Amino acid sequence: MDSIIPQLLTGLAGASSLFLVASGLTIIFGVTRIVNFSHGSLMMLGAYIGWSILTRLPRDPEWFVLGIIATVLATALIGVLLEMVVLRRVYRAPELFQLLATFGVVLILQDVTLWIWGPVELPLPRSRWLRGFVEIAGNRFPFYDLILIFVGPVVLGLLWLVMNRTRWGTLVRAATLDREMVAALGVDQRLLFTSVFALGAGLAGLGGVLSLPNSSANLHIDLSVITDAFVVVVVGGLGSLPGAFVASLLIGILQAFGIVLVPKITLVLVFLVMAVVLVFRPNGLMGRPQAEAREATVAAPVVRAAPRELRILGGIALLLAVAAPFFVGDYYLTVLTDACVAIVFAASLHFMMGPGGMASFGHAAWFGIGAYGAGLLAQWLGAPMPIGLLAAPISAGIVAALFGWFVVRLSGVYLSMLTLAFAQIVWAISFQWVEVTGGDNGLLGLWPPEWARDPSVYYWMALILSVAVALLLRRALYAPYGYALRAARDSVTRAQSIGLDVARLRMVALIIAGAACGLSGALFAYAKGGVFPTYISIPHSVEALLMVLLGGLQTMTGPIIGALVYTGLADILMRSTDLWRLVLGTVIVLLVVAFPEGIAGAARRLWLRGREA
Amino acid sequence: MSVLVVQGLSKSFGGVQAVGDVSFAVAPGEMLALIGPNGAGKTTCFNMVGGQLRPDAGSVMLDGKPITGLGPRAIARHGVGRTFQITATFGSMTVRENVQMALLSHRQQIWQFWRPVAGRYVDEADALLARVGLEAQANRATGVLAYGDLKRLELAIALGNEPRLLLMDEPTAGMAPAERVGLMKLTRRLATERGVAVLFTEHDMDVVFDVSDRILVLNRGVLIAEGNGAAIRANPAVREIYLGTGATSGGH
Repeated sequence: MDSIIPQLLTGLAGASSLFLVASGLTIIFGVTRIVNFSHGSLMMLGAYIGWSILTRLPRDPEWFVLGIIATVLATALIGVLLEMVVLRRVYRAPELFQLLATFGVVLILQDVTLWIWGPVELPLPRSRWLRGFVEIAGNRFPFYDLILIFVGPVVLGLLWLVMNRTRWGTLVRAATLDREMVAALGVDQRLLFTSVFALGAGLAGLGGVLSLPNSSANLHIDLSVITDAFVVVVVGGLGSLPGAFVASLLIGILQAFGIVLVPKITLVLVFLVMAVVLVFRPNGLMGRPQAEAREATVAAPVVRAAPRELRILGGIALLLAVAAPFFVGDYYLTVLTDACVAIVFAASLHFMMGPGGMASFGHAAWFGIGAYGAGLLAQWLGAPMPIGLLAAPISAGIVAALFGWFVVRLSGVYLSMLTLAFAQIVWAISFQWVEVTGGDNGLLGLWPPEWARDPSVYYWMALILSVAVALLLRRALYAPYGYALRAARDSVTRAQSIGLDVARLRMVALIIAGAACGLSGALFAYAKGGVFPTYISIPHSVEALLMVLLGGLQTMTGPIIGALVYTGLADILMRSTDLWRLVLGTVIVLLVVAFPEGIAGAARRLWLRGREA
Repeated sequence: MSVLVVQGLSKSFGGVQAVGDVSFAVAPGEMLALIGPNGAGKTTCFNMVGGQLRPDAGSVMLDGKPITGLGPRAIARHGVGRTFQITATFGSMTVRENVQMALLSHRQQIWQFWRPVAGRYVDEADALLARVGLEAQANRATGVLAYGDLKRLELAIALGNEPRLLLMDEPTAGMAPAERVGLMKLTRRLATERGVAVLFTEHDMDVVFDVSDRILVLNRGVLIAEGNGAAIRANPAVREIYLGTGATSGGH
């Protein structure tokens, strides 16, 4: 009984911080329909800017408040800048490209922050009043946490007033319900979007600076916060402020008690709650079904077999790839092997995302399951590599079937977010179940057998497998099954009215994509000699997205080109500059602005110029 | 024997009765028009037959078999073809491929992962396209078709399923007047040739009186008249609520 009240209060304080970030994210999504990956980065900037301001001010409470206000204004300004320079140019691009652009911003801001403030964590020296305690029910409770508990509801109240009592708030609510209608009524969308972004960024900044006294400004804030914020926003219902509040209370309290009761599976617990909520309420606790976007009816270009010229080009590339071990050194052979893995990784994601219409933010989950499947078999049963390579796609496929049972009914962003959540669960298991997975140290000593240990031989094997998988996937896409999958993506109503089972088609796509991706994971594991939790990290999932979107969704060659370009680009960048994130992020943003249909898509458009699709 | 028999169909939305105790039947080769002012319950009726809505009461029989409350996919499998008020086609495919999909689905050949779609049922697909006058466009992208052509493509797709019953929701909405009559005359011919029963809703009274064999008039969810064009024109109740002063008219 003793520990309940303090835990509850800790949970409430955590819920407040969550709400500050999630409310900004949900408002921005509601109006602009952009899933802003860089929202966590804005919070991180808030923490750093807050640190810089607060350490220069006197330590009295009134200066503390003043510093917070200055920080909020500064982050809001950065938000405005971000909206005007980057996002404004991609509103017309497909949803996923917007996401990609915001991830480019994440990378840029990471390096900018590192460059300005350095790699060391920056704790805020706490003055006396910040360290105080209050006695509640016989327990000493930090005074600052009590302040935090009040901030959440106060901000919710203020937002409610703004949303319901001002003309601007009415416009925001109207745009959340039906953006096109608001535009048709002659509302200046640019101003609305920019101001909404400023508000959202300001809230993120507030969350960042308020987190300082309890933790520190560090470079990990961005990705850890964005995951939590996604969970809260999805559980609450996209675009719903009260939903975000209720969900942050739920998640905050769950986390506070989880740490005490079941410390090992807290992360899993949070994501399980999210999964359960979405299964019973597919639009979140307080969300409503999204108004169908009218622009989306613009038809996707017709998928046709590649022209002869491209086949010849592909043939030449394949010949060069086969001959590569004779004229490149060991280092490049490793890069080429990575490229083979990347091709399967990207092609499998493309399968479910392009023709299947199911975007995945957590594709690395299948990669990791395949790798751990092979690794665990080798570790516990001493299974040889061929068995491992066979077990990887099977295990990933089975898990994909179980997962698919939950998610095929969900649509659009919710499905994508659940894939992210699922990947985080898998990551948490690999990271926290040390006895089985080795935790952070991973599974080591996973080397190919004698006959495949030569880098050339392993490369050839990887090449054969990746080309075979890519061709098989392509074959399936041109067969009735692949057409039916695409039909279900193009028009669910029409697909059903000719008797197609949309849910089953999607489920099978998920299993195929998961299995193929699992194989790439095992290939990678044997090439590197081990399996590590980083295989399942968010950045790795985003890599898959990057490859597919770089190449473009509408062509079958897209993911292959994307995988090659990305692998090459990443390799060159990482060796030539310390600021590779900055460069990569900038390249991504520029690419999205310049080629919203991907590299292969743009090439296709140029090729088709003057001819009909 | 009738293809479709609907008995005592009812549906309420939150206490408001949208459709109350509606019964009718459609014979093979017959074109039955469902008309009524806006809000009369036409679309609700339609969606209950097509499986988009589950009726509160009543039954829907297709060829003597109950299909009440089944989903749209199951109903399609029982031999019901559909066209939609806002056309629904597969935008990333060519015109021919759209029809090929319907043929492949009807022949239960969807779950094949090896043999390519290209080259399968091309002759059948082209024959159906020729039937609706789209043979010259077979290789074009669906996305570049004119609206009237999309409507005709929908008809070809629906026929690919060899339906016993064709449900057409506002088949001529958004079309130029000249095209409207053309499309419905085509439907008329196809219905007669193949013995397909056609149930359609329509706002254009010229079209309705021109092509339908029988007309059902709904008002406030209740069937108020049934008969051929002449009988409906002469019906005083219909004149009053529908064709009357124009104050309540949903037509043209």
